[in-house]
Amino acid sequence: MELSGQIIEAGEASGELLVSAEPLSFWGGYDYHTGNIIDQRHPLAGLCAAGRILAVPFTRGSSSTTAVLLEAIKAGTAPAAIITTAPDSFFALASIVADEMYGKPVPLISLSDGQFALLQSGQSAHIKHDGTIKIQ
Amino acid sequence: MKSTSLSLTPYEQALLDGEHGTGKQLAMSVIVRMARFYGAPRLLEISGAHIDSSVYFGPAGLEFAERLAALGAQVSVPTTLNVSALDEHNWQEWAVPPEWASEARRQMIAYEAMGCRPTWTCAPYQVELTPKFGQQIAWGESSAIVFANSVLGARTARYPDLMDICAAIVGRVPEASLHLTENRAGELILDLAEISAEIQAESSFYPVLGTLLGKLAGNKIPVVNNFVGTPTEDDLKALGAASASAGAVALFHIVGVTPEAPTLDAAIQGRQDVPTIRVTQAMIREAWQLLTKASGDELDMVILGSPHFSLAEFKALAPLVAGKKKHPSVKFLVTSSRAMAALAHKAGLLEPIKAFGAQITLDTCILVSPMLPPEITRLMTNSGKYAYYAPGLLETEITFGSLQDCVRSAEIGRVTRDESLWN
Repeated sequence: MELSGQIIEAGEASGELLVSAEPLSFWGGYDYHTGNIIDQRHPLAGLCAAGRILAVPFTRGSSSTTAVLLEAIKAGTAPAAIITTAPDSFFALASIVADEMYGKPVPLISLSDGQFALLQSGQSAHIKHDGTIKIQ
Repeated sequence: MKSTSLSLTPYEQALLDGEHGTGKQLAMSVIVRMARFYGAPRLLEISGAHIDSSVYFGPAGLEFAERLAALGAQVSVPTTLNVSALDEHNWQEWAVPPEWASEARRQMIAYEAMGCRPTWTCAPYQVELTPKFGQQIAWGESSAIVFANSVLGARTARYPDLMDICAAIVGRVPEASLHLTENRAGELILDLAEISAEIQAESSFYPVLGTLLGKLAGNKIPVVNNFVGTPTEDDLKALGAASASAGAVALFHIVGVTPEAPTLDAAIQGRQDVPTIRVTQAMIREAWQLLTKASGDELDMVILGSPHFSLAEFKALAPLVAGKKKHPSVKFLVTSSRAMAALAHKAGLLEPIKAFGAQITLDTCILVSPMLPPEITRLMTNSGKYAYYAPGLLETEITFGSLQDCVRSAEIGRVTRDESLWN
């Protein structure tokens, strides 16, 4: 299956998909030391997103999500890429600052609700520079 | 991202070109890239900022702050600071690791060096530089953003950490999002007609309603209709904080209460086909239940003050604890700001609270400072925000109750609540 998304921050990434329809706050939700999702109320709680492609509709809650994602990028525990259902300013800002600071933006792609609903955890995905997502 | 081209004034272009120094250039570069993200046609001048980036999380945030400060960046508008990760003068009383404290302290110094005011509070609007109706500002801290927009009618987007300081340095934000009137219309109506006036009159109704708002609205702008309560400023503070924890609410309207909602029609700016959800008692109960994650009635600590405890909240707490003593096995902690604690002290409110056995932590809170010793695992609070975040961030259990429930539980040393209202 191939999906065509809107590019928020361009880049290439490959990895296993980790998908939830529930929005996520990285603050209180993501441990940057490990890449584990720690929000006990979130369906992905206990799973590790480091190096995987994380798909959540948008960020919930705290404005510190960006700070935590930046720490994860520096620590090497960030998702390989993030897919959302709408452009998310928090993910965008963290990716831009990571680019300014370390030359390491996290690729960000936004899909329509319908396309997002086709994603399943465990699938293997490859994101290309043009925003195409190839799923196997 | 979007194709709309961004036009900059000669001054803004000069900032971007580094003519005003490399610190301002780095900040402007971030703002311009975010303006492209928003598809903004131009930038907008702001006249105030509140910085959430002051909280220390780790080496990357510290590096960012120290780089900006070392490059000589200074804020160009009056700027308050959110909580730090440290009670600057009393952190040694808790379990904060000294190395960690020294890093957190460096982050505080970097933000002070950029000209920010050391307010160190998540409720700056109760301390100083309270924004005016219609004022364009750049605020971080989800609970402060939602208060500024909804209760004060000031205008800020939901700015993330790291962007807030960039906006304060260049005095500009993308002309987009909640800065523009047309983006402030309600998108979802929550009708409280079925909810009893008795519940709506209860102070602990507000964090519960906020939680429900967050769950139902997600990142949309909710409008609460048929609301019959008479909320205090602190009630609205609690509502907003909970809505920005359980969801991504940056602006809510309450018809007849908040300034942009004199009528339902005004709140939705006369739009048609705005969906309505009829809130049921069962939905309220479910939101109330969501705020408790506990397996029994054992209790290690009562924690109050997220957002930071105000003078009015100290005033409400003092008579409840006067002449009483907390149980020796339970801690009772209030988190607040220097400014509010100083006022409470002057008003003689801290004496009965301290005599009860309560402790007061300033500048920070238990969610951002690693201050709690590991043996504290069972908490109780009247704060929707503490209730929402503690299990994930601190791996503790937590029970949500009213202020009265919290005091009573601290006295007897076990969780006890009046649940009659919610059943």
